Amino acid sequence: MTIDSIKNGIVIDHIAAGKAMELYNILGLGRLDCSVAILKNVVSGKLGKKDIIKIDTNLDLDWDVIGYVDPNITVNIIQDGKRVEKRQLKLPERITNVIRCKNPRCITSVEQELPQVFKLTDREKRVYRCLYCETQAGK
Amino acid sequence: MENVRSLIDILELSTEEIDRLVEVGTKIIEDPAAYAHKCDGRILATLFFEPSTRTRLSFESAMLSLGGQVLGFSEASSSSAAKGESVADTVRTVSCYSDIIAMRHPKEGAPLVASQHSLVPVINAGDGGHNHPTQTLTDLLTIHHEKGRFENLTVGFCGDLKFGRTVHSLISAMSRYKGTKIVLVSPEELKLPSYVKKEVLKKNGIPYTQTTNLEAVMPDLDILYMTRVQRERFFNEEDYLRLKDSYILTPDKLLGAKEDLSILHPLPRVNEISVAVDKDPRAAYFRQVRYGRYIRMALIMMLLGIE
Repeated sequence: MTIDSIKNGIVIDHIAAGKAMELYNILGLGRLDCSVAILKNVVSGKLGKKDIIKIDTNLDLDWDVIGYVDPNITVNIIQDGKRVEKRQLKLPERITNVIRCKNPRCITSVEQELPQVFKLTDREKRVYRCLYCETQAGK
Repeated sequence: MENVRSLIDILELSTEEIDRLVEVGTKIIEDPAAYAHKCDGRILATLFFEPSTRTRLSFESAMLSLGGQVLGFSEASSSSAAKGESVADTVRTVSCYSDIIAMRHPKEGAPLVASQHSLVPVINAGDGGHNHPTQTLTDLLTIHHEKGRFENLTVGFCGDLKFGRTVHSLISAMSRYKGTKIVLVSPEELKLPSYVKKEVLKKNGIPYTQTTNLEAVMPDLDILYMTRVQRERFFNEEDYLRLKDSYILTPDKLLGAKEDLSILHPLPRVNEISVAVDKDPRAAYFRQVRYGRYIRMALIMMLLGIE
């Protein structure tokens, strides 16, 4: 299977297999007018299998969100058919409005307009905790 | 506000700052008259979105003892929160009327939100089951007064170690001192959460033991910190009823204890310490209440930048 290479845009590579749709949704790529290609289970020397997202336009991406979903992802910026930047991501110290706190005792459960902020508390185990109540993300 | 110093979590204070607060608290105990006008003309607002008479009175007593004045409310129904006002808006308003705020709220993180919008320092006076830094400061001043030191103490925690926020905070604070040993006594269902063990005890290399048998570990303890199983922390009444009488401290259970043991309790107590223990000189929990007033005086002065 082949997908046409893009002239100006972004290639999000080395996404862990199965994570592309999560990233697609979190980044809100469904709202774009341009072509967006999602490649799933692409054979990879490094990962065995990986997902790739190709976006046919240059736009400002939230690097922290991508790093949170998977810090092993690489982002390639393409201009005039050539890669002009390759960005290696890392786990962000903080993420805002990416995930929601599920603790019913948290202030964010009653004050809905508060930003949902999570901070990284254990880089090795990728543990994020709510800034307000310190509940672990996903718990 | 970034240029205003608040206190939301005990870990925001360095050990040097805690030592300084304990030192000032001790000086106040020795000579309260010297501090009677330190806050003349200053106003403390006590915003209590849930009732806590003891903590509120302790803050008010502290401010009045410094020569300041107090205003506020003691439950959400008598505040504009009942009309649906946000914490941020309440605090924006109240910080125009006061020089410092003490805030109690049933939702975790509410005082942090307040501190982000306040023009004056905010002191977290308890946010749900989360933080209660002035209780921890009270505990620390009590320990220092009773023992004369923070180092080389074996501290036993008994009762609800799962939801007991004062336990988590005091464990964090004591983990900074050399030679601290922790003994955890609780029923299986109310054990210390594993993240506290991992992120506080293991991370700081603090030796700890876990047991369900209080009497077996009693001879080892320098401090025994008793806690109440709190009805308001349970979603399920059945669980509360099953666990509430797990540990009741009686004179019999103290037979093997050290002569200089200090028994602490954040109060209020229900039945977890028998009234017969009150006469024992090792019962420090009512002295602890007094220390709470003095350490809050020291804290108010520190946050207002008063020497």
